[in-house]
Amino acid sequence: MSAEAISDNHGHHDHAPSKKGFMYYLTTTNHKDIGKMYLLTALNFFIIGGLFAMFIRAELAEAGYQLLNHPFSVGPFTFSFSGEFFNQMTAMHATFMIFFAIIPAFIGLGNFFVPIMIGSPDMAFPRLNNWSFWILPFSGLLMLLSFFVPGGAPGAGWTSYPPLTSAAYSPGPGMDMWILGIHLAGASSILGSINFIVTTLNMRAPGMTLFKMPLFVWSMLVTAWLQLIATPVLAGAVTMLLTDRNFGTSFFNMAGGGDPVLYQHIFWFYSHPAVYIMILPGFGIISEVIATFSRKPLFGYITMVWAIIGIAVLGCLVWAHHMFTVGMDPRAQMMFMAMTFLIGVPTGIKVFNWLATMWEGVLEFTTSMKFAIAFVGLFTIGGLSGIVCAAAPVDYQIHDTYYVVAHIHYVFFAGSFLSIMAGVYYWFPKMFGRLMSEKMGSVHFWLTFIFMNVTFFPMHFLGLMGMPRRIPDYNPVFSDLNLLCSIGAFGLGATQILLIINAFWSAKHGKLAGSNPWGGHTLEWQVSSPPPEHNFEKIPVVK
Amino acid sequence: MAHHHDHDFFIPAPSIWAPLSCIGGGIMAFGFLFTLHPTDFGMSASIAHLIMAMGFTLLAFCVFQWWRLLVHEARHRGFKEGSVPVVLDLANRYGMVFFIASEVMFFAAFFAAFFYLSGMNVWPPENIETLTLHLPTVNTLLLLTSGVTVTWAHHAMQEGNRSRTRKMIFLTYLLGVIFLSCQMYEYHHASFALHDGVYGSTFYMLTGFHGFHVFVGSIMLMVLHLRLSQGDFSAKEHFYFEATAWYWHFVDVVWIGLYLFVYLLPNGGHH
Ligand SMILES: [Cu+2]
Repeated sequence: MSAEAISDNHGHHDHAPSKKGFMYYLTTTNHKDIGKMYLLTALNFFIIGGLFAMFIRAELAEAGYQLLNHPFSVGPFTFSFSGEFFNQMTAMHATFMIFFAIIPAFIGLGNFFVPIMIGSPDMAFPRLNNWSFWILPFSGLLMLLSFFVPGGAPGAGWTSYPPLTSAAYSPGPGMDMWILGIHLAGASSILGSINFIVTTLNMRAPGMTLFKMPLFVWSMLVTAWLQLIATPVLAGAVTMLLTDRNFGTSFFNMAGGGDPVLYQHIFWFYSHPAVYIMILPGFGIISEVIATFSRKPLFGYITMVWAIIGIAVLGCLVWAHHMFTVGMDPRAQMMFMAMTFLIGVPTGIKVFNWLATMWEGVLEFTTSMKFAIAFVGLFTIGGLSGIVCAAAPVDYQIHDTYYVVAHIHYVFFAGSFLSIMAGVYYWFPKMFGRLMSEKMGSVHFWLTFIFMNVTFFPMHFLGLMGMPRRIPDYNPVFSDLNLLCSIGAFGLGATQILLIINAFWSAKHGKLAGSNPWGGHTLEWQVSSPPPEHNFEKIPVVK
Repeated sequence: MAHHHDHDFFIPAPSIWAPLSCIGGGIMAFGFLFTLHPTDFGMSASIAHLIMAMGFTLLAFCVFQWWRLLVHEARHRGFKEGSVPVVLDLANRYGMVFFIASEVMFFAAFFAAFFYLSGMNVWPPENIETLTLHLPTVNTLLLLTSGVTVTWAHHAMQEGNRSRTRKMIFLTYLLGVIFLSCQMYEYHHASFALHDGVYGSTFYMLTGFHGFHVFVGSIMLMVLHLRLSQGDFSAKEHFYFEATAWYWHFVDVVWIGLYLFVYLLPNGGHH
């Protein structure tokens, strides 16, 4: 196999996928193949994480135990779930959605489109790119198989706070599988981020200066920086957890002079920036989609770039807003509160710039644009409830209640998920050469829009009423709203089947897209759909 | 080339070494897990160790092959001035710098833990008999000297004095290996262990991870020495040399932090 043998594909845009077997995808160094594999992996884990959410909502549909603590049969199968299983569901729902669905989905879109959008033939380190992808299945396998080991999957929340995760309270191997899984996913993330940064800094086409880069590229660049800075710190935190559990260290063990709060500091130093790792690429996608479908250049491009950078820098300095209830110095609480409020400023700039981009634009309400507009409205709810959570005195009341669950789902579902959907409907024709069905897409959008609000909006009230998160039973006064949430959740879950059908059907039978179905102005729309093996017959020159 | 390229980027052919090393790493992770909980997985500790060793062997083999491929590609390009396209050289440099940055952040987590825990406890804790400063001071001198020798080697390289370059690189990793031996000696004679509370935890985890990085750096230097004797590199083209030197300086700087904060300051305050 030589480089020439591969580049011979140039010119034939029909890539004859039948020839691409498992070995092809195992060894591929092509950023577009790797991007697609990331997206498919993200979809798989989204389904698994989604099924866990369905279990949680089924249990919470009414007060008392629905699925837990009494065996029941469905056809020939008998199920018996303990309360511990509910804990595992909440922990693993978040773990899969964060590390294996949202992040890989953005990395997948980034892998496919960042090189093309800057006029580059591939990523900077294509073999490393392959490595970053193929370590993920092993990471996911460690997490998945933890359900089948003695003691089951980790059940201490995705945050894995000690002492719940110490050897005393989580003695089984499941917790160590989580830790090792995070190590592998973290290594993937760090090496991937180096790849993105070097690609963006070094492989831009002539004339593509930094401040001509599309917003999506900017957002991936800043995200990669966050990953590079923060992920090694998470690796440090879980390494300490591992040695505390297995080798007798005392980092988080009071008996040896350690402190569980130390874990929270180190963990959130990664995990608050991780929220931005999961939302900044979405900001980038929304900026592309809104500009294209408003038929206008993005309003305030330069401020958009600096807003992303500002959010990332501030985002590294606010981690302890997750820890207002651990008994921190009030002055420190004030500082973290104030810094968190400040993030509202660059975020507000972005929201108003999107609105200004649409203002007097010739709006075209494609499915992608619908998702983007819904994002602007609904993510703003998540941003505002974030400011509520970040006010220390309010947080004392709502900490660990459903208000926080509502907030984070307006960030991750209304934010990350809707933006990924906007990106998928926007770029699918570029990736597969065929358009997704707009009719089915529209139904998918409206049902998603309705059901997600039915699911997550009542959670704000439940939280303010004092319903604690991660508990399988509750006071009957919460019943009505919980039933509403559960109905919404089942609807939301079922609706996603439309997405899967649409994607797989359209990839084969959709209308041919042509190179520029939306009239986009960024470089990916100047090459064929799907793009040639190395993207450009000639490296473009940007004016 | 049959195909015309209007860019200097390196687009490698498909490679088996990346995914195969993932498989090795995956097996190693599972083997490690089995080693931690052999009875939960119904296997003997020796089988668990064997699985881990097999995973490690596969991983090491793939890393070796991958590295060999990189050397092969570098030799194919040659080491004449200008034989490595600027963009390629830049990509490598950026890549190494960012990799080191990620390593710095990994150490930052452990240093943060150290400062946090040493701040909230009596430090050193009363039941801990701290080490004397003799050996760590020798170790500091060893690493600082090795920083000088590697820089000396770099100057010799730029002047085209290959035999001095090789001597200095040899001296550098020799100093690294002596450092590691001293570290082993210190571990064996310390009166406290990893499980002796936060002092033992922070001390061994910080110095242990640092020692591992000295080990990796020494291997990089040995490979550098080998490649120098095989005629690789020139006065102008020696990226691998510089990457190794950067890595070595990084390891050096981490040590200075360790010497100051873990060895010197607590001792100075206590006595
Ligand atoms: Cu946060």
